[in-house]
Amino acid sequence: MQQETFVGMFKTGSQFMDTEKLALSIRKHAVIMTHLGKSSHIGSILSIADIVAVLYGKILRKRPQELDWPDRDRFILSKGHAGAGLYAALAETGYFPTDWLQGHCANGSKLCGHVSHIGIPGVELSTGSLGHGLSVGAGMAYAFRHDDKAHRVFVLMSDGECDEGSNWEAILFAGHHKLSNLIAIVDYNKIQSLAPVKETLGLEPFVEKWRAFGWNVKEVDGHNHVELSVCLNVISADGDSPVCVIAHTVKGKGISFMEDSVLWHYRTPQGKEFDAAMAELEGR
Amino acid sequence: MRDAFVTALTEIARADKNVMLLTGDLGFGVLTEFAREFPKQYLNVGVAEQNMTGLATGMALEGKTAFTYSICNFPTFRCLEQIRNDVCYHNADVKIVSIGGGFCYGPLGMTHHATEDLAIMRAIPNLTVVAPGDTVETILATRAIYEHKGPCFLRLGRGGEPKVYDQAPEFVLGKGINVVSGGEVSILSIGGILSNVMCTHEILKNKGVGTSVFSMHTLRPIDRRFIESLAEESRLIVTVEEHSIYGGLGGAVAEILAEMHGERAPLLRVGLDGDFCCEVGDQEYLRGLYGLDPEAIADRVMQSIS
Repeated sequence: MQQETFVGMFKTGSQFMDTEKLALSIRKHAVIMTHLGKSSHIGSILSIADIVAVLYGKILRKRPQELDWPDRDRFILSKGHAGAGLYAALAETGYFPTDWLQGHCANGSKLCGHVSHIGIPGVELSTGSLGHGLSVGAGMAYAFRHDDKAHRVFVLMSDGECDEGSNWEAILFAGHHKLSNLIAIVDYNKIQSLAPVKETLGLEPFVEKWRAFGWNVKEVDGHNHVELSVCLNVISADGDSPVCVIAHTVKGKGISFMEDSVLWHYRTPQGKEFDAAMAELEGR
Repeated sequence: MRDAFVTALTEIARADKNVMLLTGDLGFGVLTEFAREFPKQYLNVGVAEQNMTGLATGMALEGKTAFTYSICNFPTFRCLEQIRNDVCYHNADVKIVSIGGGFCYGPLGMTHHATEDLAIMRAIPNLTVVAPGDTVETILATRAIYEHKGPCFLRLGRGGEPKVYDQAPEFVLGKGINVVSGGEVSILSIGGILSNVMCTHEILKNKGVGTSVFSMHTLRPIDRRFIESLAEESRLIVTVEEHSIYGGLGGAVAEILAEMHGERAPLLRVGLDGDFCCEVGDQEYLRGLYGLDPEAIADRVMQSIS
């Protein structure tokens, strides 16, 4: 069977400052990647596409051509199952060629379904088991403060991930130590793998929980680039508490029949559904 | 052993300001001086081992050498996935230190018996697994794991272990120490049970059986060629560990011997039989119950060669 390819559909290695365009590219890549890889989690990836686009397009201090630049901001995708979204953002912002993305989950490829740093430029931390990223991010933030460095650590988490007790150890720690250079962003799409969050393990009152642990909490529309940019841009490393950005999002955002649907946590876009998804993203 | 560890780490921390010691709220009276001398290098993270291990990884990825410190199974099993995914997959310079290997905390009960940790830690890629035999080895092992850049697990006793060495032996990670040589029976020991094995050596000598004793302080990477050559030359190979015989030193040596072709010595594994210990008693008492006192080890050897 001839392998489908989508080479040439995107601009390679371009530096998007237009985060809306970057988000659209991430969505297109992600649909194609999960289609080719016959993999899950497209709903989770679409949910964070705007957050990742704003971070990589505007917020993160980074040098894709100098991976070890010590003063770069660190980004950890703790919800590693949305790895295709991170890979797409890295490729689109110049860390590696976009044609690598075609190999997502393929035999012999570098790009596995959950984020791995092995052989992938720009990945700070491998993730995939939930509840790991925030502790590691807190360790980085602690080390930076120890060394009087001003760069920041961003950790993007899922709402379902907040079921993991290890996160609350880290939340308690960062609040106690006032790690103001640590920014947790929660992709609050309110659906986890089998059912809505409120039917599984309710997180509310969510804002109050983070506040009670000593965090400065901000709520934003996780698909509004202006809100995201304004919110994330003003965070500096010298505040007096860690920052939690609760980003209200829609799972499957951008493809009408995937939006707000438990089904698309695991369902993979194939056949007519794939065609329909691409048509929507391309405005056809 | 824990005091020897802290003494060695104090010297290291004095010379290297990137060395961090994280404790999971344990080390009462043991870490006090360290904390006082190095307030920026000491961190009590609270009773939160998963977070401790993740924090250590993050620090190590940013240039620190991070030691995590706790007792028994807390810094290992409680945060096993953080060790596997965070520390070891990233080859982070994290040193996991557990006080109280085996039955050191015997009277405290099953939760405090570290009797499968070597087996489980040995299975994790990239992790160097070290259990020194006495306080002298502990100091050398602490320096060695610091100098080795990458993940290490240091399994220690608690305190009051007899000193085996009068002079510091040569200590190289991955190489056993030949404590006594010249015997037809080779006893391989790991961890703080070494002093009992030395007594066993004396008992057997009085019975006319010569034994060589090796402290196999590094379980991973294991010195395969050395064990193979020993199996070719010895009348009997004996492994002794205050740990399950499954997966620890006995398990590792059995794996090597099973793949040997040609003549080799038979193997006797002395250790715990894989059941939970539900008895109450101190380390010496429990060692006695489970056949790990010098006389019982000697009896097992005599049975094997008769």
